[in-house]
Amino acid sequence: MSVRVYVPRDTSALACGADEVAAAINAEASRRGITIELVRNGSRGLCWLEPLVEVETTEGRIGFGPVSVDTVGELFDAGFPNANSHALSLGLVEDLAWLKKQQRVCFSRNGIIDPISLEDFEAHGGWQGARRALAMRPQDIVSAVTESGLRGRGGAAFPCGIKWQTVHDQLVAQKFIVCNADEGDSGTFSDRMILEGDPYRLIEGMLIAGLACGANQGFVYLRSEYPLARQIFVQALERAREAGWLGTNVADSGRAFDIDLRIGAGAYICGEETSLLESLEGKRGQVRFKPPLPAIKGLFGQPTVINNLITLASVPDILVNGAEWYRDLGYGRSRGTLPIQLTGNIRCGGLVELGFGVSLRELLYDYGGGSASGRPIRAVQVGGPLGAYLPESQFDTLIDYEAFAAIDAMLGHGGIVVFDDTVDMTEQARFAMEFCAIESCGKCTPCRIGSRRGVEVIERLRQGVDAAANRALLESLCDTMQHGSLCALGGLTPLPVKSALAHFSEDFQPRPPA
Amino acid sequence: MKPVAKSSSASNPLDADMHLRLEGIITPMAAMPGALLPILHAVQDAFGHVPPACVPLIANALNLSRAEVHGVISFYHDFRSTPPGRHVLKLCRAEACQARGARELEAQLVSRLGIGFHETTADGSITLEPVYCLGNCACAPTAMLDGTVHGRLSTERMASLLDSCGVKK
Ligand SMILES: Cc1cc2nc3c(=O)[nH]c(=O)nc-3n(C[C@H](O)[C@H](O)[C@H](O)COP(=O)(O)O)c2cc1C
Ligand code: SF4
Ligand code: FES
Repeated sequence: MSVRVYVPRDTSALACGADEVAAAINAEASRRGITIELVRNGSRGLCWLEPLVEVETTEGRIGFGPVSVDTVGELFDAGFPNANSHALSLGLVEDLAWLKKQQRVCFSRNGIIDPISLEDFEAHGGWQGARRALAMRPQDIVSAVTESGLRGRGGAAFPCGIKWQTVHDQLVAQKFIVCNADEGDSGTFSDRMILEGDPYRLIEGMLIAGLACGANQGFVYLRSEYPLARQIFVQALERAREAGWLGTNVADSGRAFDIDLRIGAGAYICGEETSLLESLEGKRGQVRFKPPLPAIKGLFGQPTVINNLITLASVPDILVNGAEWYRDLGYGRSRGTLPIQLTGNIRCGGLVELGFGVSLRELLYDYGGGSASGRPIRAVQVGGPLGAYLPESQFDTLIDYEAFAAIDAMLGHGGIVVFDDTVDMTEQARFAMEFCAIESCGKCTPCRIGSRRGVEVIERLRQGVDAAANRALLESLCDTMQHGSLCALGGLTPLPVKSALAHFSEDFQPRPPA
Repeated sequence: MKPVAKSSSASNPLDADMHLRLEGIITPMAAMPGALLPILHAVQDAFGHVPPACVPLIANALNLSRAEVHGVISFYHDFRSTPPGRHVLKLCRAEACQARGARELEAQLVSRLGIGFHETTADGSITLEPVYCLGNCACAPTAMLDGTVHGRLSTERMASLLDSCGVKK
């Protein structure tokens, strides 16, 4: 019998050589006359171990990682693919503490299944939520989502059920479900991992949203920076259509739902929901004034649910296990689980899905294992480029929307970027302004012009020119941007800047010329 | 906002062959809702850039003004109006990569290539672009060469990527 070997086909795994490793394993196996069945799975999210190769045994799956092309021969010498004690052997993957301690809901199948195999998907609980939804009244689906306490995972944490209810209540024939897969925040990749590792989960979530709100057409707006996610999702859409899960008669229910995949064009602002809708309509991605809300007048003027990918991917399990089960996970007003992404200068980076309420410190040290460089962690930026920089004194903050708001920070899409003590916070503050200048949609002056002035003022501060005056100028510029911007790009860019000034003020002191 | 392209000089008129190929791309897509971005992507995939001379054709097919089409092309970072070099290298400049040495890689590239972002080396071997996150933030720093993502980059590995593009040492 042939042994089943898994090598992930996931952007991060490939970026660390997974394709070359897969080819080397195939070549080595055939050279030694060993028959293997090579499966390309998604990633488990243990990114620091990528490429993480797994071998199926009667006890479970044994992991090896990080495997490089150079070590494949050695692995076989030590007995691979049979159990062996090579230095890269990790034992049973499911028993790794890093994975075992997690509460995987959205990521329950990632890395385990062959992403585009419909059989694997079904065998691991796929379509159960959709089957329930097909047998429910639309209002009951909406109510279940409302009662679950699910809040949007794209950043604003708006209650998902309220949004769905609004669209459900519009008595209009044409409504849309839009999935926001623009995932522009640095330090985030959970949307990408679902698309690459469990794409039918998103299709199922969108289908449920369509059934709940009375929409028969969905759009996924995917950033162009994710070519592999695009390739895999295109395949998944085709197969789902062939299997009758999309189309004019979904699972013989007489209901119609289909999904169109659209690709962005490198604009961060197109992650903002109204800019995204403009872009889908074929226009410049300029932010719209609200009201009208997208739920009332959205894509092409029709009522539209626009949700982050993780929000939609969370829905199937809510229908299967019940709103109460989901609500019982989590903390305070943050219910359910959050896929957290540990990135930057961190020893064990990757995807950690947990109920809300874990502390930042636990994530950084218990899961992350401290910095990758071995130096002290000095600052972490949570929530993407518009998120605050937190110092060590704030590491006990819990992962909870309200706890973060209370310290003038935000969780955003759950990205955590770690910096060690070599970081120069003036550079980070300057970059925040520079990024805003590059990505501004140009609609309002405080954002478009203010961010450019911000770069200049911080540069003068860095050079020690008129420190007191420039610092005051920067603070007032931040206030203007915060209060005078139409959307959160201009409105929140001051967050990383002000937090850098507040918590790392020593970096902004005039320093002796080098 | 996107920097204004340096040389969007009067463009060459379309030759007959190119005209045909363009129509082959535009016509089947023109009726879909919100067709402009998908069309621009398809044109750029086919020609490596969006030749300014095709703007009137696209505008015509979609019932838009040329200014509207031009406005969309100029808004998005991805679309270019001039052909790139033989290779396109996109360096991630975003925070998670900064935390792992992206600034050093940037300095290395600027010094070895002798160009800045949005520029192409004089021998046409390589175009350097910035990118803000490729979703590889747990295995940073990251760059994308001709569509392939490379992670955990060191200056040595970056140097060998450049060598593979035929960049002079
Ligand atoms: C500048 C800016 C960028 C944003 N980028 C994203 C993004 O990449 N992905 C996302 O889901 N939401 C993003 N958002 C939030 C969206 O505007 C919106 O709140 C979200 O798509 C709603 O879905 P949710 O309720 O499921 O989170 C962004 C917002 C702003 C202001
Ligand atoms: S704040 Fe910036 S990105 Fe947002 S609408 Fe104004 S100019 Fe556009
Ligand atoms: S920040 Fe560079 S890949 Fe995400």
